[in-house]
Amino acid sequence: MSIEYFTEDALSDWMRSDAPDSDVVVSSRVRLARNLTSQPFPLLATTSQAADILEQIEKVDLNKTYKDEKFEWIKLDQLTELQKRVLVEKHLISPNLVNDSRAGAVILNKNQSVSIMINEEDHIRIQCLYPGFQLEEAYKSANAIDDTFEEALPYAYDETKGYLTTCPTNVGTGLRASVMMHLPALVLTQQINRILSAVTQVGLAVRGLYGEGSEALGNLFQVSNQITLGQSEEEIINNLYSVVKQIIEHEKAARQRLLNESQKRLEDRIYRSYGLLKYAVIIDSKEAAQRLSDIRLGIDLGMLKHLPHHVANELMNMTQPGFLQQKFAEKLSPEERDIRRAELIRNYLLSYSNDSNEK
Amino acid sequence: MLCQECGKRPSSLHFTKIVNGEKTEFHICEACAREKGEIPGAPNGFSIHSLLSGILDFDPMMGKSITELKPQESIRCSSCGMTYTQFSKIGRFGCSHCYTTFGNRLNPLIKRIHGNIAHSGKIPKRSGGQIQKKRQLEQLKLNLQMAISEEEFEKAAQIRDQIRELEQLNNEV
Repeated sequence: MSIEYFTEDALSDWMRSDAPDSDVVVSSRVRLARNLTSQPFPLLATTSQAADILEQIEKVDLNKTYKDEKFEWIKLDQLTELQKRVLVEKHLISPNLVNDSRAGAVILNKNQSVSIMINEEDHIRIQCLYPGFQLEEAYKSANAIDDTFEEALPYAYDETKGYLTTCPTNVGTGLRASVMMHLPALVLTQQINRILSAVTQVGLAVRGLYGEGSEALGNLFQVSNQITLGQSEEEIINNLYSVVKQIIEHEKAARQRLLNESQKRLEDRIYRSYGLLKYAVIIDSKEAAQRLSDIRLGIDLGMLKHLPHHVANELMNMTQPGFLQQKFAEKLSPEERDIRRAELIRNYLLSYSNDSNEK
Repeated sequence: MLCQECGKRPSSLHFTKIVNGEKTEFHICEACAREKGEIPGAPNGFSIHSLLSGILDFDPMMGKSITELKPQESIRCSSCGMTYTQFSKIGRFGCSHCYTTFGNRLNPLIKRIHGNIAHSGKIPKRSGGQIQKKRQLEQLKLNLQMAISEEEFEKAAQIRDQIRELEQLNNEV
């Protein structure tokens, strides 16, 4: 495997597979924050101290524990600016790691469901991403990697405060579990704010993905736990699980109601968006996100039968600015980018369509 | 009623502000409220760290706002050199030892964030061996009390033996 292996494809392998509740839940993510006792946290660590952390972690041979997996080490200074940006757009590394880290690195497995960041806000951040609604699986996998590291490394742990982290909002379990949801019907029927404000009442946070502030581009929302101390890992996961389960039911009910009450209008909206994406010459990222949300809904409702399920995910990633720039290997102005984006989407949709199977 | 800010859209938010005992009523629309940052509970670009530092601007041990403290009065972490004043400004710790240095004065903040001050989740296997034994012992003692109160003396005797065994094991280590 090379660095290019991780930056060339818009879609991580894990996103291609079929998964439970994947018509509403795009992905489930679990992150564990861990620190070592031997050095200051990355915030204060000098370059040589950060390098020492990296060295200590490098000694842990994940490939030995996971015989069937292949883990790849990538140090941040091996990457070009563009490659960094693509990895950020694929959510494999955080903007924080790119901008603020000294001796930053990331460990990725082959299908990119595991990403371990070194010297981000904390010394170690283990992140596991699963397609669809698989919180427990994601936690199990992160937990196992955590055990492997713990065997070899001196963790900063306090009897009453739990795992010690740079930010007091992560102390305790160091666990952040989040679920990315596609909620177009709740947005269309204007129930979303009511539901989201209810969610924040029970210690969970919601934010829009790709959007700024509370605006959610492409109707994608991320629901995650806020509390990391005083609840066990199982409690945190179960709490999030049961709330997300309810949101899924609400979204499905809203979709059914839309189908019952205004099927023609819904069809019109979806096929219009499809037509627009198929023929547009210039499209900005905001509009693309909205239209792709319609496409995603159309596929999930069985309207665009000729398109496979991962199309919306793939196009969403492919049309991000960094990825576009990499794909066309040149520096693009915003307008050129909008032209290339439209071109990319057109060709992509064309590759799946021939008139006989289109309706 | 129309929004009293823009006078165009109907007002949908009605609230009363009391500042220094003076009461003012507002009737504004959502768009204007968002602009003024008046929607309660809505995110308005505050970073979590700046919010934290608001909570932290008070040293419960010294009984005054930390901005009034002289630098030498602020407690300093012996391991990484971060002072409590610095921590309260950036809302992040310098190293794991800071937690010990700042000790109990962190509790109000942590309670504010998590509603709790004690971890009840995972214990690391290697470094947490002692803690694990301690929790196990506590649990056994609790079970013992329960067995006694339910008059299950046979079970109680068993648990008592288990506790003895564990304590002996701990003493040997």
